[in-house]
Amino acid sequence: MIEIKDVYKSFGTLEVLKGINLTVEKGEVVSVIGGSGSGKSTLLTCINGLEPINSGSILVDGVEVHAKTTDLNKLRRKIGIVFQQFNAFPHLTVLENVTLAPRKVLGMSKPEAEAIAEKQLAHVGLGDKLAVYPGRLSGGQQQRMAIARALAMSPEYVLFDEVTSALDPQLVGEVLDTLKLLADDGMTMICVTHEMTFARDVSDRVAFFHKGIMAEIAPSKEFFNAPQHPETQKFLSNIRS
Amino acid sequence: MFTYTFQWRQAWQKIPLLLDGALVTLEIALLSMAMGVAFAVILAVARNSKSRWIYAPATVWVEVARNTPALFQIYMAHFGLGSFGIHLSPYIALLAGITFNNAGYLAETFRGALRAIPGTQLRAARSLGMPQTQAFRLVIMPQMFRIAFLPTTNQMVWAILMTSLGVTVGMNTDLAGVTQDINVRSFRTFEIFALAAVIYYLIAKAVTLGARLLARRMFRY
Ligand SMILES: Nc1ncnc2c1ncn2[C@@H]1O[C@H](COP(=O)(O)OP(=O)(O)O)[C@@H](O)[C@H]1O
Ligand SMILES: [Mg+2]
Repeated sequence: MIEIKDVYKSFGTLEVLKGINLTVEKGEVVSVIGGSGSGKSTLLTCINGLEPINSGSILVDGVEVHAKTTDLNKLRRKIGIVFQQFNAFPHLTVLENVTLAPRKVLGMSKPEAEAIAEKQLAHVGLGDKLAVYPGRLSGGQQQRMAIARALAMSPEYVLFDEVTSALDPQLVGEVLDTLKLLADDGMTMICVTHEMTFARDVSDRVAFFHKGIMAEIAPSKEFFNAPQHPETQKFLSNIRS
Repeated sequence: MFTYTFQWRQAWQKIPLLLDGALVTLEIALLSMAMGVAFAVILAVARNSKSRWIYAPATVWVEVARNTPALFQIYMAHFGLGSFGIHLSPYIALLAGITFNNAGYLAETFRGALRAIPGTQLRAARSLGMPQTQAFRLVIMPQMFRIAFLPTTNQMVWAILMTSLGVTVGMNTDLAGVTQDINVRSFRTFEIFALAAVIYYLIAKAVTLGARLLARRMFRY
């Protein structure tokens, strides 16, 4: 379970998160939508401790992420994150990209890590690209590799930050299909996204961010059929028109 | 009037001596590069330090190394330090001077290479649970090494050529020193310097070509 309690976060004088409260249960899929600069990415990087927070608390399975005594390296093993920019490691092959952390962080043997990596890569449709360097892959393939890389650590939570936003339109579908499979498998996911169809069909709940505040959160059908907050209504009608 | 008659045979006989000198040249260049790389890494890190007692000396080093003649740097190591009672042999002074110069240039090369790697690479590595040092070693350093590789081999060529400045501090065992010795004894100036130049050229070319082949094998992405 991820518990976000009254989290405030600033970059210098710029207040980016202004009292965020959100609890994500095991097995739940929550989509986060909202305008650019509303603090969605920042929230994700706070959850895995890449960014410090100013006040409030974030608990992952009861462990406070920003407590001084928390071993972040250990905590991050169970929180996967996939970024908008795929962040493939260009000096490693696809297989090496995926085996690196299982071997070096989890201490798996090479064959053990490769077995897991090959399974994950086959799952995202890259079973025939193991020996290829990421520079040779399309954006969609690189992003699917990044997803396999996160999943090879067997995380209990995966955070997705606009993973389709840097892709050509015709490549978006293949990545969304991968996410959908993962959701069907029961993975706990927080997905920052601009794909409204995905948010509606795949997620259990949808949250709307506006200027550092979570203006609205509701079960996905309700959220799209009867948005309550005027800013949500404005946002959705802008997208539909 | 053009009265100089070429006497290649006499120069030709000195080739074994010149090649011995070339080995010393190569030795100094390699040593100065090895030490230069080590100091450059320290300088590059030091220049990112928040303490002015660390970054200021490092910055002075880099600035002086890159913006004053290499000849002066070698002079300083020999005669300059000599004024303070620190007497370095020509060999050590030459090695120190070139190492100083290499470190200054390479520090900038490494810093630039580091900057060229997007910060998101480090974030991605840390997100996978890698501690900072491990992320640097496994993800950042290999990429930095690749970006810096060709500039570093250029510096190696430059180091080889800089060793010839050693004659000005009395160095007489490297290629330039041997050449100068033969010259003052035989007065076959043109032939002997031409031969030495060819040897410098071949060494420099071999280093460049070797580096290119190595790069092709090492960096397959
Ligand atoms: N590292 C940073 N330093 C300073 N400002 C930042 C940093 N990261 C994000 N911001 C600012 O914080 C605000 C929220 O950014 P972000 O969380 O990326 O928004 P979103 O993902 O919703 O588009 C933006 O105004 C952005 O410019
Ligand atoms: Mg964002």
